[in-house]
Amino acid sequence: MSFDLDALAQIGARMAQGTPQAAALNFRLVSVGAEGAAMAVPWRAELVGDPDTGVMAGGVITTLLDHVCGLSVSCAVIAGGGGIMEYGMATLDLRIDYMRPAEPRREVIALARCYKLTRSIAFVRASAFEDDESNPVATAQAAFAFTGPRPAAPGVAGGAA
Amino acid sequence: MNRTREERLAAMLAQTPYMTFLGMTAELAGDEMTAILPFAPHLVGNVTIPALHGGVIGAFLEMTALCQLAVREPLRRQPKTIDVTIEYLRPGRAQTIYARADVRKIGRRIANVHVEAWQDHRASPVAALRGHFLLSVSDDDEAAPS
Repeated sequence: MSFDLDALAQIGARMAQGTPQAAALNFRLVSVGAEGAAMAVPWRAELVGDPDTGVMAGGVITTLLDHVCGLSVSCAVIAGGGGIMEYGMATLDLRIDYMRPAEPRREVIALARCYKLTRSIAFVRASAFEDDESNPVATAQAAFAFTGPRPAAPGVAGGAA
Repeated sequence: MNRTREERLAAMLAQTPYMTFLGMTAELAGDEMTAILPFAPHLVGNVTIPALHGGVIGAFLEMTALCQLAVREPLRRQPKTIDVTIEYLRPGRAQTIYARADVRKIGRRIANVHVEAWQDHRASPVAALRGHFLLSVSDDDEAAPS
């Protein structure tokens, strides 16, 4: 299957640096691909949620998960031949389960996969972890609505259906 | 350590670095708390609209729930978030956003909290959150469920 690698790189860079909140949190692009996207947030003292433990605030993980979920939708649209979306999409809902506190003073990575695209909605699953996806800090499930027309026929990232 | 609810709220806001990072404040009218997040450029997620980052809105709702729990009763430690479901109803515009939390159930270990955020009109909410929070009931009560 062919997809636009330049578009993937472009959207990845835009999501990492072109968003003020992502820049304020120092988000780092880890990977973009047809199968999903990953970004990381470095630990720093001003992002701590619990001063007794030094654990990063849940809100930082929430923002990282929301952000990388959105990026994974853009990746899935590009992988489906849709190109870069020049109009928006809106988060409908975001459900996050916090399995354990993030380890203090460590970067947290979030990996998201858009597992279903329809004409108007994208469904995404994501998880956040330090270095082992099977030992998550948090997992997330999100739905996004496209707020404008999409340029190409809907498909599913990775090829099926 | 018998602090008033005003003191507990002030301590929570001042001692949580991430709440300072967001720039959030809160006001109390008796036991009713309104959390306030003034607009700031670093909170923007989409520069073309411009709109508040959805993650920031979710985070603000979650922090509001934590503050409300601190207002409600003295806590030995900050509650730990177990899960949250955030519903996005309208775009968060580049202006102040407010939130109020409703503690629907508070048990010995777990609290259920609903939070709603609005901007111009309380009747037109921007987003809502439902979440469960783990309370530390004693000194030897450790961490999140494993």
